Amino acid sequence: MSYDVQKLRNDFPVLAEVINDKPLVYLDSANSSQKPLAVIDAMSDFMSHAYSPTNRSAYQMAAHATDLYEGARAKVATFINARHAHEVVFTKNATEALNLVARAWGSANLNKGDVVLLTHMEHHANIVPWQMLAAEHGFTIRWVPLTNDGLLDLTDLDTLLTGAKAFSFTAMSNVLGTINPVAELVAAAHRHGAIAIVDGCQSVPHMVTDVQALGADFLAFSSHKMVGPTGIGMLWGREELLDAMPPFLGGGNMISDVRLDGFTCAELPAKFEAGTQPIIEAVGLGAAVDYLTAVGMENIRQHEIDITTYALNTLTSRFGDDIVIHGSRDVSVRGATISFAYKDVHPHDVSQVLDQTNVCVRAGHHCAKPLMRLLGSNATVRASFYLYNTNHEVDALCDALSAAGDFFTL
Amino acid sequence: MPGLEDLYREIILDHYKSPRNRGSLEPPAVRAEGHNPLCGDEIEVFISVENDIVADIKISGQGCSISQSSGSMMSAAIKGKPIAEVRALISRFKHMMSIEEGEQPDTSAPLGDLEALQGVVKFPVRIKCAVLSWNTLAEALDIAAE
Repeated sequence: MSYDVQKLRNDFPVLAEVINDKPLVYLDSANSSQKPLAVIDAMSDFMSHAYSPTNRSAYQMAAHATDLYEGARAKVATFINARHAHEVVFTKNATEALNLVARAWGSANLNKGDVVLLTHMEHHANIVPWQMLAAEHGFTIRWVPLTNDGLLDLTDLDTLLTGAKAFSFTAMSNVLGTINPVAELVAAAHRHGAIAIVDGCQSVPHMVTDVQALGADFLAFSSHKMVGPTGIGMLWGREELLDAMPPFLGGGNMISDVRLDGFTCAELPAKFEAGTQPIIEAVGLGAAVDYLTAVGMENIRQHEIDITTYALNTLTSRFGDDIVIHGSRDVSVRGATISFAYKDVHPHDVSQVLDQTNVCVRAGHHCAKPLMRLLGSNATVRASFYLYNTNHEVDALCDALSAAGDFFTL
Repeated sequence: MPGLEDLYREIILDHYKSPRNRGSLEPPAVRAEGHNPLCGDEIEVFISVENDIVADIKISGQGCSISQSSGSMMSAAIKGKPIAEVRALISRFKHMMSIEEGEQPDTSAPLGDLEALQGVVKFPVRIKCAVLSWNTLAEALDIAAE
């Protein structure tokens, strides 16, 4: 059956919104995605009919809520082909997941003289936690540079990895759209005895993820970018690494015993889930995983390749030299996130004009300031597409860009 | 919904395309730096203060039309003015942007070109663009007073 984007759009109530007599054109899914009715209903039904805390109570409703919460974990594990459900830890968001790795694994393993390798295309969430820890532990951070077309420059990767204990990198750039060769990078890290930490925020919602095939050690990703609710993120880690790590946050749920002279940790995954967890959000996330699985991640990736091809071609043919698109033109190594500069119009001003026709894009540094400095720019306009976007919306973006150009070119 | 013409008045676009007092000043002139962490806009304000008067001002940096034109208009409005008057204007401008609490400052003097920025209030996300240069100027005045 062919991919029916119009039918999918009907699953997302917000996409039918009309503001000032004009339809919503939502092109900011790399920032956060919209939610299907299945997710909205799952959360609403749970709260209306079945809400209860998990784990701690013996009554039937609590047992049911626990089943739903743990069921969501099992769904996520299957979605990324994890070996065990207890290798998936729920966090507040992906940022917290990366902080968890840096804090818990990093503080136990990184000391003066050690090296952590990052790349020039990382989100602040995969930079600042390491910088914070480096300030305390005195290790060195190295950076993989980029090629002119926005791919990782792997020429000196072996040199950069020499002596490294961890290589933490994004699977897909949130600015350039570049899809990195994750399995190859993981293998290189392992050759040098480093663990491989993957920021999957931009990749997991958009393509098939198989952590066993990738060979990775950790994968951080967020629910709200994959049609799930905000307030919950995920860290997947190899069981033996998670077992060996000290806990992250202390409190209820993460202990097996507390005495006056100390505590012992709970087993995985509770060890890393201190306090009351985002139960309602987990229920929504479980529904989101079901939804994406039903659509099919291969189908979503193909749809995004098609719309990216159309967008790159249309933007180039309509605006020629007036538009500078960052990143690769090769849709086999890029996702549906397109950052660009348009004429000399500042991205804020572009997005303000676009907003007149409800074309929602991100304008700014995208929480990747080191990369922006490399691009020689303070800000870009970023249009990002997902399973529900259409070629017609690409045209709406282009029409709005024309209007912005007319307005600011006097 | 307010239209684009409420925000981008002609005089704003004029200051954006031909910014006044663009550049930098050498020490002993004072330099202050302002960042808008949400959008990456950066601005540098240089002032030289002589006898409690802002004798010269230069502005550099990158930003959107609102932040750049606001800085340009600000520089034109305060150059050669006594510090007390400049501080009063900062307060008045921030009142106009509805981000300063407290007593309404004296509004008898004409605002000139700055009046054009009044429309920004209808676009709350852009208020921080308009006040970036003003906050940076206030910081420069504080440094100069040290």
